Amino acid sequence: MEILLAIMIGVLYAAGIYMILRRSLVKLILGIIILGNGANLLIFLLGRVVKGSPPIIPADSDVFQSVYADPVPQALILTAIVISFGLQSFAIILIKRAFKVVKTDDLDEMNAIDKDS
Amino acid sequence: MTQQLVLYPLLLQMFLSILLMFCWRKISWQRVISIVGSIINVGVSIWLFSYIWENGTQIVMAGNWKPPFGIIFVADTLSATLVLLTAISGLAVSSFSSASVVAARLKFGYFPIFHFLLLGLNGAFLTGDIFNLYVWFEIIIISSFVLITLGGEKAQLEGSVKYFTLNILASMIFLTAIAVLYGLTGSLNMADLALKVAAIENRGLVEITAILFLVAFGIKAAVFPLYFWLPDSYHTPPSAVAAIFGGLLTKVGVYALIRVFTLIFVGDHFIENIILIMAVLTLFSGGLGALVQNNLRKVFSYLIICHIGYMIAGLGLFTEVAIAGTIFYLIHDIIVKTNLFMVSGLIFRIRGTNSIRNLGGLYADFPKLSLLIAIPLFSLVGIPPLSGFWPKISLIIAGFESERWWVVAAIIFASLITLIVIAKVWASVVWKEKKELPVRLNFRYFDKLKTIRKAQMIAPMIFLSLVSLYIGFGAEHIQQVSSRVAGELIDNEQYIEAVLGKEQIIDHEE
Repeated sequence: MEILLAIMIGVLYAAGIYMILRRSLVKLILGIIILGNGANLLIFLLGRVVKGSPPIIPADSDVFQSVYADPVPQALILTAIVISFGLQSFAIILIKRAFKVVKTDDLDEMNAIDKDS
Repeated sequence: MTQQLVLYPLLLQMFLSILLMFCWRKISWQRVISIVGSIINVGVSIWLFSYIWENGTQIVMAGNWKPPFGIIFVADTLSATLVLLTAISGLAVSSFSSASVVAARLKFGYFPIFHFLLLGLNGAFLTGDIFNLYVWFEIIIISSFVLITLGGEKAQLEGSVKYFTLNILASMIFLTAIAVLYGLTGSLNMADLALKVAAIENRGLVEITAILFLVAFGIKAAVFPLYFWLPDSYHTPPSAVAAIFGGLLTKVGVYALIRVFTLIFVGDHFIENIILIMAVLTLFSGGLGALVQNNLRKVFSYLIICHIGYMIAGLGLFTEVAIAGTIFYLIHDIIVKTNLFMVSGLIFRIRGTNSIRNLGGLYADFPKLSLLIAIPLFSLVGIPPLSGFWPKISLIIAGFESERWWVVAAIIFASLITLIVIAKVWASVVWKEKKELPVRLNFRYFDKLKTIRKAQMIAPMIFLSLVSLYIGFGAEHIQQVSSRVAGELIDNEQYIEAVLGKEQIIDHEE
């Protein structure tokens, strides 16, 4: 399971970075989304994957009876997902706006900044 | 009353932004609330600073969860100093933007977002939890995205695409680094991490994590190979926005670097050398970049990069004197850079352009104003009694003591280039003969503004120039603050003890 997840995270990071390096704005956004998912899965994996043991202390005990799944990574992922959701929706609006104003989705042609001085 | 003092600057900024949201369309109300709120914020920050100065590091535990389990806020002298500086530049920019930012932009929530940005900055400076630091960084970047795109001009949108991509990439790398660190230690509290990271045997993995943090914060701080987003985006938004970005946003990256590399990843010579090489190259590339630019705000953007190099160099040398120099430079740089971008905004309002070639004759038309502009410009170079001079002494002494001559050479060379750049700017903007520029229609020139608006633009510059002069002439006091901060940073057990208490450290050693 860990090996499978590790390979998947590697593929997601590679695909995300490849997409960010493309010149199209849409691919840029897709790359950011994929990279974000890769990062979230990485937190999940590095918090140790444990099967079928929720972090709940039984009523008749004061401590955990067996190995338990660490709840902190899940809280972290939840936070990270919400944040990246907000950023990505902002990004989509931004590139739509940029496309309308600049009339191109090619990053190489967005060079008005270098010309004006 | 003083128990939760650490949280007051945060709560005040949050309260202000929510209050401002309720006056969405009433711009004149927003102006008043923002300026009055910022003045109160300066008062609260001074209170926090003096309390920390007398009583030492204070912590607040969220929900009374004892560290290392809950989220904590820690105010040591470094954090309190930076919160105070944020409040000072926040007040200046708040007053400046109420006069210089056009009403069309103010109508779309400029002020609420501005105060959210300050909230994020304060949070990042005060938090003692690494994941919480990530969350504050996200609050900062999402507010800065709104501020940089507000208005939607062509150059602005193009600049913000670059700004946005690189910043999101930095956040992803930061998140990856946190994930690896959590996997290694199972903790997120910075003081607890300091103890646990020191005990890890697999140093290779620790070094890789450190490099991930270095890259993530390096993008935010705009150090050598990672700065290219900055000069492409900082000159596009209104100059009030550029002032707060130039003054504070890159400094959050520097703060995070200082915090992480003095507390968690300490004493690794490989990392220290990498930081030094980055610093030297940052000094060179920023300085040389500034030399060839023609747009005034692009020149200042490159100078931001150049001077980040000084602070990083101090961090890389890692002696008490060097860190004191870094902190002194940080204090001086926040005030001066905020002021410089406001100066460029004022010149833009007077002449209608920021192109150095077309500017000129400022001294003939506004002699008093030119003298005011001279203060931040020459403080930046560090002509002796002014503020930029003192921290360089500490840095150069530290360079000599650790026998790293190339760092000393780079520091002196960068000062020289800064001097040349500033002399060039001064000669062509202030002394050169005035050129006749085509009059721009529908442009609010400075002399057409109402007197109160003029005062709102000039007053913050006078205020920040006075602060700069104080830093220069009262260097003894600032040196006292920075030496104390350096002492606390070098001896990181003080921080750990303040957060975790004595028993836990002894437990850990056993």
